[in-house]
Amino acid sequence: MTSLRDLIDQGQSVRNHRPWPRTVLGSEGWQQAAALLQQQQCALLALWADKSMVHMALLDEERGEPAILSLACEDDRFPSVGRVHAPAIRLERMVRDLSGLQPEGLPDTRAWLDHGRWPVKFPLGRVEFSPPAPLPYPFLAAEGESLHQIPVGPVHAGIIEPGHFRFTANGETVVRLEERLGYVHKGIESLIAGQTVARAAALAGRVSGDSTVAYTYAFARAVEAALDAQVPVRAIWLRALMSELERLANHFGDIGAVCNDAAFALLHAQCGLLREQVLRASERCFGHRLMMDCIVPGGVRNDLPQHAPQVLSDLVAGVRRRFPELIELFDNTASLKDRTVGTGVLAPMLARQFAPGGIVGRASGRAFDARRTPSYPPYDQLPLEVPVLEGGDVNARVWIRIQEVERSLGLIERILVALPAGPVQAELAEATKDSAAEGVAMVEGFRGDIFVWVRTEANGTIGRCHLRDPSWFQWPLLEAVIEGNIVADFPLCNKSFNCSYSGHDL
Amino acid sequence: MELIREALIQMAQLVLLLLLAPGLTGFVRSVKAKLLRRKGPPIRQPYRDLLKLIRKEVVLAENASWVYRVAPYVIFATTLIAASLVPTFATGLLFSPAADLIAIVALLGTARFALALAGLDIGTSFGGIGSSREMMIASLAEPAMLMIVFTLSLLAGSTQLWMVATFLQGPDVGLRVSLAMAVVALIMVAIAENARIPVDNPATHLELTMIHEAMILEYSGRHLAVIEAAASLKLLLYFSLIGCVFMPWGLAAVGQGFTAYAVGLGTYVAKLAACGFLLAVFETGTAKMRVFRVSDFLGAALMLGLLAALLLFVSQTT
Repeated sequence: MTSLRDLIDQGQSVRNHRPWPRTVLGSEGWQQAAALLQQQQCALLALWADKSMVHMALLDEERGEPAILSLACEDDRFPSVGRVHAPAIRLERMVRDLSGLQPEGLPDTRAWLDHGRWPVKFPLGRVEFSPPAPLPYPFLAAEGESLHQIPVGPVHAGIIEPGHFRFTANGETVVRLEERLGYVHKGIESLIAGQTVARAAALAGRVSGDSTVAYTYAFARAVEAALDAQVPVRAIWLRALMSELERLANHFGDIGAVCNDAAFALLHAQCGLLREQVLRASERCFGHRLMMDCIVPGGVRNDLPQHAPQVLSDLVAGVRRRFPELIELFDNTASLKDRTVGTGVLAPMLARQFAPGGIVGRASGRAFDARRTPSYPPYDQLPLEVPVLEGGDVNARVWIRIQEVERSLGLIERILVALPAGPVQAELAEATKDSAAEGVAMVEGFRGDIFVWVRTEANGTIGRCHLRDPSWFQWPLLEAVIEGNIVADFPLCNKSFNCSYSGHDL
Repeated sequence: MELIREALIQMAQLVLLLLLAPGLTGFVRSVKAKLLRRKGPPIRQPYRDLLKLIRKEVVLAENASWVYRVAPYVIFATTLIAASLVPTFATGLLFSPAADLIAIVALLGTARFALALAGLDIGTSFGGIGSSREMMIASLAEPAMLMIVFTLSLLAGSTQLWMVATFLQGPDVGLRVSLAMAVVALIMVAIAENARIPVDNPATHLELTMIHEAMILEYSGRHLAVIEAAASLKLLLYFSLIGCVFMPWGLAAVGQGFTAYAVGLGTYVAKLAACGFLLAVFETGTAKMRVFRVSDFLGAALMLGLLAALLLFVSQTT
């Protein structure tokens, strides 16, 4: 049986692609790769197009080795991976909408991000200008007696991002949920193309505002890999510090939000308080509450001010004091447990197939954390225990977050101790400017692994950048999770996933 | 002379109810905010909201029929009449002989019927969901409420509320298990009827979990103001009911002087504050239950009501 390594050897290896190998395959090799995914030997990390080439990032789950496989499209067509491996379907629909490459045999022919409201078609491929003409979007059918449809969104009663959810329900029980996303498409990848590295980094940090650190982190690492640049050691550790602070803030927010959706506002208020403390500490240490644009390719923007270690250790101590009480409250409130336990169960089988990173995967038995595999500095020098649960319900997802909060606190303390002295920013190497180069990076954000691939041009600009949000593999699972649950439990399931609309819609 | 006096008291109570109701809602919200360590809006905020809504333009759904336009007034009128039948600070109301506890239940049922119709009328899916859930809750809450009514009327020998209150104030009551059960059942029904946590969440923005809010999602302007006022009145009604039946102290009886009325008014406000505070504390400490758990919750209320009524017979025969 072929393995990912066989495929890499079989194809034509690409120079100037770092740090993982990239191989150009023929149509046959591409289909063998699809078969690897189908047999679940590999996990799909990303699928995107660059000019007339499609790329697919795979992770050999056993070895923990990632690789990029490429296929040159003939006649703007490529054999669909989604035909045999469902997680690729939406990615291929995205490729078709943005680049105009046709996945042959793709079971779903409807547009995904392109709602027919843009003045252009195929913005990343052969751009065609055409006046906006909204396309009809037939939802998947569900037939049966006494079934009724509930359309929800894209405008919601609360202030949240836009997305449309089409429920087919039998009374209160959900028979089918279908999502329609793409309402917040910003054209980030088109905007990045042709920009300078610094400008592109700022844009990458705005893909999803709640993960701005993780995005700039991943983008910076990808660019540095492409340019083969060295980053000062202190900057490497400061990046991890920011990343953990961001994780902490978002996990507090999510734990509170899940409770709030069960109308338990007490924990929401208390977690909001903790989140605010993290944000304020971040502002005092890095100059921005969300630490936007604090990570730049080549290092970090500013060094820590004098008072920062004190602020952060006070923060950690404060959280350590307050948080256990809140966990106890969460665990001992029977009415809350009644809502979270057994609600929205994600079967481990589906978690294996879709390979969702982050909380969603770890709550359903998938012990994947980009900080550990394939790992990146400084996490390779930090002890990192990845919490995994098998339950797969809302409760498990909250518990993963709770445990990660505790891990992150420990990491922050260790980073503060281990933080080396020295400069925090280096000039990006000028030497590589003579040729195009490609870089790839994966960073664990609070939702899961963020994957970034860049091609830098000889003139120092970014030729193409693809940013894959972890939500790509989590949104489809949300559809599966709600089936058989009651309509009123959807907000709870949705909040426990907390997928990004903005990150997904690009 | 007597008639004028009764009419005056009745009018005073009506005005009092209208004035107090939004304040009570504001008070509960304010206490909840304090418990969550938030500042929260001032107690007078619901009054401002009502004024604002009354001044605003009404945006009607295109396919709204006359039912949708009339429903808010029906809801408000029936709730107001029902509320005026409950003695607040004084017994001897002019309307008392005209209606009793059963009439109150029926009036509230009418209001609910109108609201559910309005929810269905515009044909949005949320309105339909809300109406269907509301009716499910009603089908359980109303029998429970009637069992409580039976218990009280069997005990007092009348379905007239002021007679029940007078009886319970008197020395013949003693310690009764039935009453304890009835009060618990009444509180459970009150929570369900007023769309409070754990049955419904009055503060939610999640359209899929709403019950009461789902039905009124499309209302705006004065229609919404009237419905909001009716919801506040209903909460006040249930608090008054619990106050007058189970805490009947301080009620001014017929023919008493000005001081008695003043005392009655003072204790009434104190009772409302106590009820509002307890409600806020209870709501803060509980999560909302699954929609289908509501039937268990109200089933328990029904059983308690039934047991309360049955135990009366048992204690009479032995």
